[in-house]
Amino acid sequence: MNGTADVTLVRARGLRKDYGSGEGLVRAVDDIDLDVQTGQTVAVMGPSGCGKSTLLHLLGGLDRPSGGEVELAGRRIDTLPERGLARLRREAVGFVFQAFHLMDELTAVENVELPALLAGRSPKAARRRAAELLEQVGLADRATFLPSALSGGQRQRVAIARALVSEPLVVLADEPTGNLDSAATMEVLRLFDRLHQAGQTLIIVTHDARIAATAGRLISMRDGAFVDETRLTGGSTGRLSALAGLDG
Amino acid sequence: MQQEVVLAMLAKEPSHGYQLRARLRQALGPLGDGMNDGQIYVTLTRLEKAGLVASQPAAGLPERPDRKMYELTPAGQQRVADWLSDVSWPRSDLAEFHLKLIAAASAGLADPLAIVDAQRRELLRRLRDVQRAALAEPDRSAAGLLLEGIVLRLQADLRWLEACERNWTRKDQS
Repeated sequence: MNGTADVTLVRARGLRKDYGSGEGLVRAVDDIDLDVQTGQTVAVMGPSGCGKSTLLHLLGGLDRPSGGEVELAGRRIDTLPERGLARLRREAVGFVFQAFHLMDELTAVENVELPALLAGRSPKAARRRAAELLEQVGLADRATFLPSALSGGQRQRVAIARALVSEPLVVLADEPTGNLDSAATMEVLRLFDRLHQAGQTLIIVTHDARIAATAGRLISMRDGAFVDETRLTGGSTGRLSALAGLDG
Repeated sequence: MQQEVVLAMLAKEPSHGYQLRARLRQALGPLGDGMNDGQIYVTLTRLEKAGLVASQPAAGLPERPDRKMYELTPAGQQRVADWLSDVSWPRSDLAEFHLKLIAAASAGLADPLAIVDAQRRELLRRLRDVQRAALAEPDRSAAGLLLEGIVLRLQADLRWLEACERNWTRKDQS
């Protein structure tokens, strides 16, 4: 859009995921096509049970589709063998979950560096990168804290730093503000905004309208399918002050 | 500018007009950008006529040649006290939107779902604009708190639109 060529980073065609069989068959993801360009922030919104988390799992190689294709940076991932898939999850995709999924017995910095260590980075390099990321998410002074000593918003920021440690092509976030209060949600939104400015590709599944409104590209999902796509271009009518009840 | 707001800003201490203006700007942040400075003086003049405010000639600073220092009269103080204890809340326009949907559907003028959709886009744009302003505020600023309030209200409206959508989708199918 802004002068750079649009490069499709995540591509899905005819994507499908079924659970159960016969009478009990549930089509959690039903024939979805999706193209996400490098640097885009995409929000997928929909009621719980609409299949949006399943979609995210398929895109990130956490789960295999029942049909259709997924490509990441031009490579089919749905046909990768288990080891290749595990490697892809470690190196090319960053995950952020609603419940943070931090290791309780590891400090913030140990949590962040863990994926880098698993990917074979030297302990020194992993620690340096983890420290940088904690700095970026504004938690340099909490590096040696255990998750239990951190607030919800701080834990999620640690989880986001961890998702970034392997410099993933795409960050996939599943209800990242679902467990957070309003102020902590702002912290996370601010961070996503900075990541977006820095060119990070983000796909966020959410029913938080605040995330959707900042995403720029918003997809609505119902019963496993995309029903609407909105690009929030242009400003709102009226002035901010009117929204606050100040005009007139 | 609402008279009570100007009165309440004056409750702290006798002040020049420009001091009231500064207090309002501090409280409102980016939302005060469109504030017309002249309005405060117009309001002060009205309040003075109504006997709620009294003014004294005062020597302003050289760069701030305010001629007057304003203070609350006892009647003005009473008005501020009444205003603080008043629990009325701005009227919402949900009923109007609700009737818009009913009228559109019953007269076949427009698809209510399309109206809901257009409204949702508009609210999301507003939410984005407010959110941007909120992100630009330093932590714990007075204006940030106001912006948070607007965000929460817009979220509530968006949730209601979801309910509207469900309702009119069902009616469509029956």
